[in-house]
Amino acid sequence: MSDRPEVDDHSGTETTGHEWDGIKELNTPLPRWWLTIWFGCIAIAIVYMVLMPSWPLPWADTYLKGLRHYSERATFEKDMVKLAASRGPDEARLINTALDQIENNPELLNFAMAAGKSAFGDNCATCHGSGGVGTFGYPALVDDVWLWGGTLDDIKYTITNGIRSTGDDTRFSQMPAFGRDGLLSKDEIKDLVEYVVSLSGREADKAAVARAQPLFADNCAMCHGEDGKGTRELGAPNLTDADWLYAGDRATITETITNSRNGVMPTWQGRLEPWTIQALAVYVHSLGGGE
Amino acid sequence: MGKTTIIGGSSGKTGGPQSSKSKRAAHGVDKIDVTAVNKPEHRELYQKRIPIYPKLAHGTYRKIKWAFLFVLLGIYYVVPFIRWDRGPGAPDQAVLADFAGRRFYFFFIEIWPQEVYYITGLLMLAAFGLFMATSLFGRVWCGYACPQTIWTDLFIAVERMVEGDRNARIKLARKPLRGKKLVKKIIKHSAWLLISFLTGGVFVLYFLDAPTVVRGFFVGQAPISAYLFTAILTFTTYTLAGTMREQVCTYMCPWPRIQGALTDEDSFEVTYRAYRGEPRGPHKKGDSWEGRGDCIDCKMCVAVCPMGIDIRDGDQLECINCALCIDACDDVMEKIGRPKGLIAYDTERNRKRLPKGEKPVYRLFRPRIILYAILVGGIAAIMMYGLMTRSTLDLNTLRDRSPTFVRLSDGSVRNGYTLKIINKAPNIRKFRVSVEGIKDSSLKAIGLETKDDTVTVVAEPDKVRVIKIYVTVPAKTVKTLKTSTPVSILVEELGGGERAVNKTVFLSGKP
Repeated sequence: MSDRPEVDDHSGTETTGHEWDGIKELNTPLPRWWLTIWFGCIAIAIVYMVLMPSWPLPWADTYLKGLRHYSERATFEKDMVKLAASRGPDEARLINTALDQIENNPELLNFAMAAGKSAFGDNCATCHGSGGVGTFGYPALVDDVWLWGGTLDDIKYTITNGIRSTGDDTRFSQMPAFGRDGLLSKDEIKDLVEYVVSLSGREADKAAVARAQPLFADNCAMCHGEDGKGTRELGAPNLTDADWLYAGDRATITETITNSRNGVMPTWQGRLEPWTIQALAVYVHSLGGGE
Repeated sequence: MGKTTIIGGSSGKTGGPQSSKSKRAAHGVDKIDVTAVNKPEHRELYQKRIPIYPKLAHGTYRKIKWAFLFVLLGIYYVVPFIRWDRGPGAPDQAVLADFAGRRFYFFFIEIWPQEVYYITGLLMLAAFGLFMATSLFGRVWCGYACPQTIWTDLFIAVERMVEGDRNARIKLARKPLRGKKLVKKIIKHSAWLLISFLTGGVFVLYFLDAPTVVRGFFVGQAPISAYLFTAILTFTTYTLAGTMREQVCTYMCPWPRIQGALTDEDSFEVTYRAYRGEPRGPHKKGDSWEGRGDCIDCKMCVAVCPMGIDIRDGDQLECINCALCIDACDDVMEKIGRPKGLIAYDTERNRKRLPKGEKPVYRLFRPRIILYAILVGGIAAIMMYGLMTRSTLDLNTLRDRSPTFVRLSDGSVRNGYTLKIINKAPNIRKFRVSVEGIKDSSLKAIGLETKDDTVTVVAEPDKVRVIKIYVTVPAKTVKTLKTSTPVSILVEELGGGERAVNKTVFLSGKP
């Protein structure tokens, strides 16, 4: 190898001096655009390290914070504060507007429906199903059957205080476990089941129905009413319609009378913001078509 | 060393390929020492750009180019400031793409995002218009109207004003960067940056309220995006028109490639009439023109070319058909007393006919031109029709899917629908909503009163009104229905006027 790099005749480029079987490697310089970008990236990286959080310092349990003191978490918190502030006026308006007036104001109704829908998905859909279709033991909110009342105020009260829950003002009623607690014999329950079936207009054993009439009057009519149409104040369901919270077949009705059913809905006051409850009331009310 | 030394481009030889030395080409016409640096044989694959110093041309086409430059730049800079009253609550800017408000305004036209097909139509018009112009007159877009051409032309004009014409610029380029040269360079680049800033800044005004942004821009009150886009476009204008110039057309732009498919032998293009010019060579005063061509090889056409090519080599991808070489050559022809038009707009057909002594033939009405004309006319007509019959009421129906239907306690079945009533008019309007298709069906809407089985809705100007409606069919009717019954939701303006119908279905499960 000479002192000066060899220059390739054909390309006019210096070689690296390496040779394999007569093939020499050209020392082609990097393209200028490539070098420019590379140096540019290094420069940007240095600037970035100075300005932004860049390096952990484990012995001091901290990290290089950078001149801008940027923090993803702080930004998120700031964004949340901003979001709350931007929603603030609408939230205030929602709370300060009487429930029955919200639906008359398209803008407020839109806000309540949107907020209600998202709050419903987060908190209510677990039991009531998405869209409030309900399932076995969890009432459907889309139909016109309301155990504790379907007006805006009723719904708001139910959401706020819950049913058979922990709140002081929770809605409360208890159906006795007629079979388990020995209040009625098995045969009496069998007759009652036939009676309940007959209430909703289905074929039933006539003799059993006749035997069960006084039983119903003594044990059930207090809450479900003489005619079986239910009492909303007590959350006692209407037994004459086609709607069953727990299915309406004989086996399920037997199970219901024997062991009773006492479903629970949480008290949402204290868990949800008052304005969210307001929005939920409007949303749920609209699901049922508005009573 | 390789070929590079021959053209002296990047080898570091002083002077480079272009020098200001002159010889005589003919009486009264200097021969310019210039190399067409972008001639194919002068261009290697990995070659640094060789600067071009276009000389100022004088003549018809230069005047046309100035006119295009002033008119188009004028339109660009003035349009955002034109006001157009649309009443309260709506922006009063004549041309505005309002992304935040999701509207596009063009004088009396207001377009919603879902009507973006008008933009598609506009783009098709532009495309086919461009195809037609190119088939007829070659690369007129490149030569006169393309922003790259306009801003490059403007930047070269600024350069010429500061540093002088071609010879002065070449001399200046050889001097070391200090003293007068430094001052000139600073002035030039400052002027370029100012123009770039104005270019980028004005572009932003098409998307925001112009006066507000202009007032707020220098006191930090404009939106971040305005600063960002101004910075980006300032940078691109400065680099594309200032430092990259002809490289954009040759290496970056796809249009020159596409245009090859659009021109044919009857398209006009800037043409050197070789049959008249050759054999070329210097001419002495008093010599006969017999037996020689009119081209005196003064290279004026090369000197004025902003693309660094020699038009006498024939059609080239680099040629943007700006016709400045025509101006330059006509000037020379006049001086040496030969007929003008040695370089001229002409067609390939005539380039073949003229040497044979045949008369030139011009065919404007060719099948492709007629096709383009039909397409342009057809699309324009469809767009006009669309705009004139454009409805200001639109209806979108979303039927409830969870659950698809609800059986009520009395056995009747209810379906829920969310209606989006889109009022595109600038005034408040009242609409009557009704449902047709099932007898005995009843209508109910949240927050609205039902009268005669219809609901009346008030829609705010230029807004979407969302309402939730419920359609209930009594039990005895449900028994007569199939699982799915087609229904129509009707929205009619009160007191006659526009109406919108959505077809949907009423689901009722197995009877």
